[in-house]
Amino acid sequence: MSTYAQKKGFGATLWDFLTTVDHKKIAILYLIAGGFFFLVGGLEAVFIRIQLAVPNNDFVSAGLFNEIITMHGTTMIFLAAMPLVFAFMNAVMPLQIGARDVAFPFVNALGFWLFFFGGIFLNLSWFLGGAPDAGWTSYASLALHSKGHGVDFYILGLQISGIGTLIGGINFLVTIINMRAPGMTYMRMPLFTWTTFVTSALILFAFPPLTVGLVLMMFDRLFGANFFDPTLGGNTVIWEHLFWIFGHPEVYILILPAFGIFSEIFPIFSRKRLFGYSSMVFATVLIGFLGFMVWAHHMFTTGLGPVANAIFAVATMAIGVPTGIKIFNWLLTMWGGSVKFTTPMHWAMAFIPSFLAGGVTGVMLASAAADYQYHDTYFVVAHFHYVIVGGVVFAVFAGTHLYWPKMFGTMLNEVLGKITFWLFFIGFHLTFFIQHFLGLWGMPRRVFTYLPGQGFDAANMVSSIGAAFMGLGVIVMLYNIIITSVKNVKVGNDPWGDGRTLEWAIPSPPPFYNFKQLPLVRGLDAYWLEKMDGKKGMTPAEPLGDIHMPNSSFLPFMMAMGLFIAAFGAMYHVNDKAWALPVMIIGLLVTFGSMFLRSVKDDHGFHIHKEDLMDEEDKGVKA
Amino acid sequence: MANQQLNSGNPRVDIEYRRKKNAEEMRYQLVSFALMIFLTLIAFSAVYIKGFTAWFTVPFIILLAVVQVIFQLYYFMHMSHKGHEAPSLFLYSGVLVGAVTILAFTTIIWW
Ligand code: HEM
Ligand SMILES: [Cu+2]
Repeated sequence: MSTYAQKKGFGATLWDFLTTVDHKKIAILYLIAGGFFFLVGGLEAVFIRIQLAVPNNDFVSAGLFNEIITMHGTTMIFLAAMPLVFAFMNAVMPLQIGARDVAFPFVNALGFWLFFFGGIFLNLSWFLGGAPDAGWTSYASLALHSKGHGVDFYILGLQISGIGTLIGGINFLVTIINMRAPGMTYMRMPLFTWTTFVTSALILFAFPPLTVGLVLMMFDRLFGANFFDPTLGGNTVIWEHLFWIFGHPEVYILILPAFGIFSEIFPIFSRKRLFGYSSMVFATVLIGFLGFMVWAHHMFTTGLGPVANAIFAVATMAIGVPTGIKIFNWLLTMWGGSVKFTTPMHWAMAFIPSFLAGGVTGVMLASAAADYQYHDTYFVVAHFHYVIVGGVVFAVFAGTHLYWPKMFGTMLNEVLGKITFWLFFIGFHLTFFIQHFLGLWGMPRRVFTYLPGQGFDAANMVSSIGAAFMGLGVIVMLYNIIITSVKNVKVGNDPWGDGRTLEWAIPSPPPFYNFKQLPLVRGLDAYWLEKMDGKKGMTPAEPLGDIHMPNSSFLPFMMAMGLFIAAFGAMYHVNDKAWALPVMIIGLLVTFGSMFLRSVKDDHGFHIHKEDLMDEEDKGVKA
Repeated sequence: MANQQLNSGNPRVDIEYRRKKNAEEMRYQLVSFALMIFLTLIAFSAVYIKGFTAWFTVPFIILLAVVQVIFQLYYFMHMSHKGHEAPSLFLYSGVLVGAVTILAFTTIIWW
């Protein structure tokens, strides 16, 4: 496989990725695109911290600052964290359940391209008259009055990438329900698969409210409706509700896969079964469930009234319980294990106190009365960065190091990995710890500057220095990736030596059909069980036979691109541009034409024949 | 995939069993079809007959609609059959999330 790939020219490789429906390649696409947007969002963060490093700074203007913070938040949540999490779900989940691909490979590719084009659309706003500037929450009272097309870019871009996320989530659900290998019961699924499952269910229920909100906002801004305009009988609070009914589950959509990755890392490097597996599953489901009952904790100060505030405050605090269960289980997994301090394990161990701090401030914020004091100060900024960076971003770094060999067949350098870790870890706490105090001292969030002599100067400087450390850590990791790829030293099935789940039982990277014969799963940690019985690999559950594979297709790219084009038309239609309507129609034609083609043209895929599979085995022996 | 045994090896047994099953299924479908028409008639007459206030007819019609949806799901879309645990789980979760949203909107935004 790999020699075959190397012989291909650049054009052929590019075409391969543009048309692929293979979950492993789509994972790589998500990793690259998500990584790119992470760098863009990171750059924006650095600009924010430069502007705030000293009082009365004029590095950027107030208006530009609003654009930068809006794009930083939006990019990081929707275009960096989500796709990076999706990258690992795509790369690992089908392997963990012993499947040859996801249930709908074509839809998987479509989901990626929709996300990608949505993200590009959103970011093109920088070059086309200004980025959105109403905050990542885009509250209607601000957004409806934002001049220019910035907020339109937000609405249409998120709508397109949101569809991609939604169909991706549905795809994962169907895959996990229907495509588990023989013997892989629900209660034998690795925890990362479980968290993928619950996350996908959250996506299924949380994205429709966002879609509805964005549609209403689109009508308000582009087609003259008044859903959110109180002067004309609308209600601006409805947007806040719709946004947070989506928004709070969204933060759990991000953190649950992170929990999943850490739940893989702790057992692997403690060389001990995950403590309390069934309580972990229970806690995951419970968090998913409660995640839908708490959204109004973001709106305590909008005047919902004491009864509503009390109900949502108590519900919010209840989430701390299942989260606590998880923390104790991870600690007890390490307890008495023979711990190996690899790079992923560094991230995992640092995650516990960091995330815990974020959870504790979360419970503080959840006390509605106290939140009147904290709300819209840097205390909130500190809270959500502790949970999102200390939880999700740490997990993305950990997962990158852990799964790099599985995705690319090479091992990232451990020394550089640890340097990245220490730089980022120190930088993270330097940046955000002090922000708790800035908030308590009264510094409001989303301000572009502050006056000297208010007691904010030193703390802001410290915070900005921390950001530089984080930036350095990321640069070291990029360097690590480059030298690892250049050296290109291939590794075997189980490069960490202590892999427990099915993905470590097959080559790195796996052949495009994943499993020559579907494995028989005899319990939790299926591969570990076989290793303990002295076997080298999994026992096959079926005789060697033909494998049915889907064909590559360029249509997903076309469908997504059509919507991308149509979005420009819809947006400039407002300015009475003559070309706007035709552009919109052409775009929609491209999308619906591609869908029509897909529907009428039968594509039955192809078979890998038994004989070819045996051939490859012989070749493998010779090489 | 592997957990669905379509054939028992003896084709005759299978066909006879299926025929019986299908007849039973048909009966259920007809009964619920008749019931649904009946419910629809009731709904129409509730509006048609003078003397009921809107405070009675509107909730009453909604109630009938819910009953019909359940019939539809269970008898026509085969949710009563085995192997529909996952769809029903997701359906009910969706209903729950939707209900919480509507409850919140009706209690703290609109009224
Ligand atoms: C024990 C768990 C948690 C509790 C009790 C909690 C509670 C809260 C509360 C009450 C607020 C609103 C504060 C305000 O605006 O005044 C808030 C904001 C926020 N939380 Fe959490 N949270 C928890 C976990 C998380 C997690 C796991 C994430 C993400 C991975 C997260 C992300 C956020 C974000 C992004 C915001 C700010 C949104 C904004 O206004 O821009 N939280 N949290
Ligand atoms: Cu929340």
